[in-house]
Amino acid sequence: MTTVINVPPSLDDVTFEQVLEQVAGVPADEKLLVDARHSRWASPFGLTALLTLAQSRGERAAFAPPEAEDTLSYWTRAGFFKYAADLFEIVGTAPRQRAAGESDVLLEITPITKSDDVHEVVGRIQQKAQHILTRELNLDAKATMGFAMTLSEACQNIVEHAGRGGWVAVQTYKWTKRLGRRVVVIAVCDAGVGFRQSLESAPGRVRSDRWDDAMALEEAVVRGVSRFRDPGRGQGLAGVRRYVGRWDGKLSVRSGTARIAIVPTWDDDVALKEKLPPFPGAQMQITIPERVAAGR
Amino acid sequence: MINHIDLSTVLRRTVCDLYSNLVTRPTGAAVRTAIETQLAELGGRTVTVIDFSNVRLLDFSCADEVVAKLLLPYCDDCPPRDAYFVFRGMSETHLDALEHVLERHRLALVLQQEDGNPTIVGAVSPAERKAWEKVIELGSATCDEVAREVGIAAEEAEVMLGALARRRLMMKLDDQWVSVGAPL
Repeated sequence: MTTVINVPPSLDDVTFEQVLEQVAGVPADEKLLVDARHSRWASPFGLTALLTLAQSRGERAAFAPPEAEDTLSYWTRAGFFKYAADLFEIVGTAPRQRAAGESDVLLEITPITKSDDVHEVVGRIQQKAQHILTRELNLDAKATMGFAMTLSEACQNIVEHAGRGGWVAVQTYKWTKRLGRRVVVIAVCDAGVGFRQSLESAPGRVRSDRWDDAMALEEAVVRGVSRFRDPGRGQGLAGVRRYVGRWDGKLSVRSGTARIAIVPTWDDDVALKEKLPPFPGAQMQITIPERVAAGR
Repeated sequence: MINHIDLSTVLRRTVCDLYSNLVTRPTGAAVRTAIETQLAELGGRTVTVIDFSNVRLLDFSCADEVVAKLLLPYCDDCPPRDAYFVFRGMSETHLDALEHVLERHRLALVLQQEDGNPTIVGAVSPAERKAWEKVIELGSATCDEVAREVGIAAEEAEVMLGALARRRLMMKLDDQWVSVGAPL
């Protein structure tokens, strides 16, 4: 039996929950058809999360690509089909990968499995980010290096903790609905062990009465706790939080059945969501908004 | 003896000749191991200048691996050797990562600024900073001179100077104290 999973017309970190709600009741070894025919837009989070969804299935899922030509073209330029072709059974013909020519794709979808991948990603983003961040998002030149640093730490989370490879993508776009400004978005998704299981593997760890995905996220993201005893560990996410705070950005991390967010004043998201549909690994999104002059 | 280590050269030699960014823990650990190997070849008291000038990006994980884990054993009761460190060529973004890491480990280091003047970065009290700066001004000083200049009792100055020496920020030459990073 094949279960059809409808991909929302606009796929981002919020609407991806609709996908997971549909997937939640389907055993991992049962066939899925992920139907994106009516999708018109996807954020980097949406695209990388779809790839992790495919990774998380025992039975290879089928995938129906978007019908709209411009959407298909964008998903192709973002690098989605380069990896989806291996992870999904594509219904019809997988579009051929073309060179990413659009400036809004700062970093097309890139697999992260080892430390060298992080070097590669950081090197590539430095070449492209300076112009976008300073000219289009009006950020201080200092923001560029911090941005690359943030990207590096977010990707290292996969290498250090996930136990399997994941994906990163970076894009700028105008976030009309919620902000009315341009944003740059980093999405880093994996289908690995997730925060709870990672922290549980800490040597000598004593479990508290309340121990679940939400608490694991609070410990790692808010308190900088790591599975390693080394006191120097846990600084990566703390650094990401500092960067996001400095540039009035937003950080959200989903793992297991919970999602935690560092929410800026321009957004109305909740800080902690629990009892979400289960999904393996960790999915992180970092959003840095365009800076506007005071009083505007 | 003064020893100079260019970090970008170490990075290229030990990890990959295409890299100019100090990112990731494995990279940091490899670079630190290479520095430790160099230090092990040197005998006696050494001052090692660690140069970041050609490093583009330093992330938190690498700052922890290269700097904090390099310094920590030397701030122990039994340091591996009589080594002192001066850091140079650090940009504002390098310092962003580094200050956070130093705070976390309660470490401090001597940084040679762009104008050549040394300063302390990291976790030091205002009194410790003042003592270190006074000794820089004087070139060298006895414990009593430091006490007088800082406005504290001689016993207190002795404890403070000892603590600074243990953190590799000060060294004692006979009865004179010298701040690490002072022009020689």
